[in-house]
Amino acid sequence: MAIEIEQPSVVGLSNIAVSETHGENSPYFAGWKAYDENPYDELKNQSGVIQMGLAENQVSFDLIEEYLEQHSEAATWGNGLSGFRENALFQDYHGLTHFRKAMASFMEQIRGGRAKFDPNRIVLTAGATAANELLTFVLADPGDALLIPTPYYPGFDRDLRWRTGVKIVPVHCNSSNNYQITTKALEEAYSKAEAMNIRVRGLLLTNPSNPLGITVERPVLEEILDFVTRKNIHLVSDEIYSGSVFSPSEFTSTAEILEARNLKNSERVHIVYSLSKDLGLPGFRVGAIYSYNDQVVTTARRMSSFSLVSSQTQYLLASMLSDTKFTENYIKTNRQRLKKRYEMIVAGLRNAGIDCLKGNGGLFCWMNLSPFLETPTKEGELALWNTILHEVKLNISPGSSCHCSEPGWFRVCFANMSEKTLRVALKRINDFMEKRRAADQGILFSSL
Amino acid sequence: MKLLSRKATCNSHGQDSSYFLGWQEYEKNPYDDVRNPTGIIQMGLAENQLSFDLLESWLANNPDAASFKRHGQSIFRELALFQDYHGLPDFKKALVEFMAEIRGNRVSFDPNKLVLIAGATSANETLIFCLAEPGEAFLLPAPYYPGFDRDLKWRTGVEIIPIQCNSSNGFQITQSALDEAYQEAQKRNLKVKGVLITNPSNPLATTISRDELNRLIDFVTAKEIHLVSDEIYSGTVFDSPKFVSVAEVLMDRNLENTEVWDRVHIIYSLSKDLGLPGFRVGAIYSNDVTVVSTATKMSSFGLISSQTQYLLSAILSDTKFAKNYIIENQRRLKKRHDMLVSSLKNAGISCLKSNAGLFCWVDMRHLLSSNSFEAEMELWKKILYDVGLNISPGASCHCTEPGWFRVCFANMTEETLNLSMQRIKAFVDSIVATTTTTNHADTRGQRQLDRNSRRRSLTKWVFRLSSYDREPER
Repeated sequence: MAIEIEQPSVVGLSNIAVSETHGENSPYFAGWKAYDENPYDELKNQSGVIQMGLAENQVSFDLIEEYLEQHSEAATWGNGLSGFRENALFQDYHGLTHFRKAMASFMEQIRGGRAKFDPNRIVLTAGATAANELLTFVLADPGDALLIPTPYYPGFDRDLRWRTGVKIVPVHCNSSNNYQITTKALEEAYSKAEAMNIRVRGLLLTNPSNPLGITVERPVLEEILDFVTRKNIHLVSDEIYSGSVFSPSEFTSTAEILEARNLKNSERVHIVYSLSKDLGLPGFRVGAIYSYNDQVVTTARRMSSFSLVSSQTQYLLASMLSDTKFTENYIKTNRQRLKKRYEMIVAGLRNAGIDCLKGNGGLFCWMNLSPFLETPTKEGELALWNTILHEVKLNISPGSSCHCSEPGWFRVCFANMSEKTLRVALKRINDFMEKRRAADQGILFSSL
Repeated sequence: MKLLSRKATCNSHGQDSSYFLGWQEYEKNPYDDVRNPTGIIQMGLAENQLSFDLLESWLANNPDAASFKRHGQSIFRELALFQDYHGLPDFKKALVEFMAEIRGNRVSFDPNKLVLIAGATSANETLIFCLAEPGEAFLLPAPYYPGFDRDLKWRTGVEIIPIQCNSSNGFQITQSALDEAYQEAQKRNLKVKGVLITNPSNPLATTISRDELNRLIDFVTAKEIHLVSDEIYSGTVFDSPKFVSVAEVLMDRNLENTEVWDRVHIIYSLSKDLGLPGFRVGAIYSNDVTVVSTATKMSSFGLISSQTQYLLSAILSDTKFAKNYIIENQRRLKKRHDMLVSSLKNAGISCLKSNAGLFCWVDMRHLLSSNSFEAEMELWKKILYDVGLNISPGASCHCTEPGWFRVCFANMTEETLNLSMQRIKAFVDSIVATTTTTNHADTRGQRQLDRNSRRRSLTKWVFRLSSYDREPER
């Protein structure tokens, strides 16, 4: 993805068009550029930059390819193209019923049947990017705010704020308690917004967390639900990585808590999902909003006209996700493979003398390089990031781009490359750390 | 419960209008030639169902395109991961060539100036986000597509001021209408950011003349505002005058390198020409680098499925097929159009002379009980519930003269179209048969005289029809 060079303010365009809220001037995107210019290739460019800043899931494609091979009619509208016309014409914003049912069933399976999803509460959107923006339009007015626990996905700065005019007020979390969200932090953030005369409309949670790669613990979820109820605000639970939790018993969905409470106060809760991470299909643009609030469902559905899922894609995935034998096997196998990758990278980093936050899900680990910063500041972090990008030739995501309050943490993706490439990356890190230690010792000896 | 945003609770989504009501009624009682022959025939949906067989045969002969294969090799992973908002390069290239072909290759388009986005609905909204602030305004020639009220205004907060066109000159866009609309905006303290035209027009089904295009370009140049030309129906022009795109006028007038060049933007989609509304394929074309760059980023909120981009890239890259498709599709549209027009003529109903689109702009003013929108609504309901046709009343398109209706002809079989024409003829015949005068006088006075007798006769007709083969309640 190339980086656009922004022109200065041009007469005749909207403020939105010329603002920087699209966020593309951050290092998150600068790393992309370096990768684009010199991408690693196992055969053709072994000294290139290895992309570890992209949270893609490439470990389970074979399972999907196998399914499609055995069910080729899903891609060709049935035998003899029988379903082509109807599908080509289908632009109903309710979405293909068959597909909505399949999505609901898939979401239930991911949660081990611990929560039920009514297909009529599912609103389909072209990706979670669209879902999150749409919900923001529906739940908040320009100038209002959403509370978001830090560190958070850099894309939120654009997705939630750019065209909506809504603000983000961070809820600060830190490593002292493994980044768990505390009621104190929630109250602090809320008060801060109040003091600035900003009306808070909701809290947006990503569970499992991006970039931390950890699930939110059940008692914390209960507290969060109590908090939003007390403040009479919404809760958006982005569960896009729910299928990527290594051990199913460790994920508690907001849906489960609500069901345990007999859906009391549930009309303020909305869940976001997508097939981009669990199924590794970001190109197909399949996102969903699940809301317990009828008015939100109706409005979101109407608004989804601006970002419908291609009926061709809905058709393809409807049968695959309805095939519970396939989905059960996929979910199980995908988890196992991600867990293996995670263990590989964490072990490799430990060997190199680097610690990570103990993670249990997602496509990345949260690496702690704070002991190795020149200065314990954002600048120190960016300097190290730069070194890793240009010398070690790894594109990883600096914590500051995720609004992390402690410098020195980095998000490192492990599922968007082959095992072989991951080993190359780990070796490079190992070599880099060895060199540093040797250099440090050299300095140490020379000062004796 | 804490309320939702103002956007969520306002009515700007427009779904309380008749446009959607007719749809709802159709859904409750849809015509089916076997299972529900007395049901409502949908003539309010501008879909193109005439040329699917051409696409199906292409798909049957080229199985790779839908099966994620390129030259027999699977490219599934590549496509599954492809979410670059710059779009599939092959697809953009094929799409701009298709657009050029539709314009007789009198202009060419640069794929780097094209932004892909999930449907024209999304493209129009995105472009307005790029060009205007909340509270600013766009001028639109009326009558216009009812969906614009939602697409251009809802989340953007932008206003629409109609440029009033009327039947006195075939609904052409006049200088005075442009000036009046602009003044209206000023009176309401609204800053005008641009003009948005649909060319060919929905609901008029006519191409905009070169004179009008010149007038529009002069207007936006003088006012230093934008011109957005939604050319979604450009491939449906089946008769003369030939389609003239705003892109051609700019070229012909050597306006490249002038200021207005950067302020003219084109919207396109494959929903009408190729009949693929479900696939969500839209595009914005602009010479303004910032518009392209911003719209590209904004397209993140509505990217086209890579699966679909690949499929269409394969279809449209087969230029021989694409060229033949355009020609054959236009031929079939013309045939349908002519069928509708002559059948309506037979029933004493005329249409605005048209050369494009998937519908006709039908003049039923003489069937109104009075020259009012109440009467138009009355007639619309009668046609919906008693005649069993869902057509679009002019009021929903912001037409200022009551009695005009948009009637679609390309979203059904020939047999169904014939049946709909029979129903209309029966309806009109029964009115004519029972009125005291058969003169279709134009004066309001005469119509008011006819009103009472027509009302009585319509009631009789409704009762009569009910006793034949219809359910008493719909």
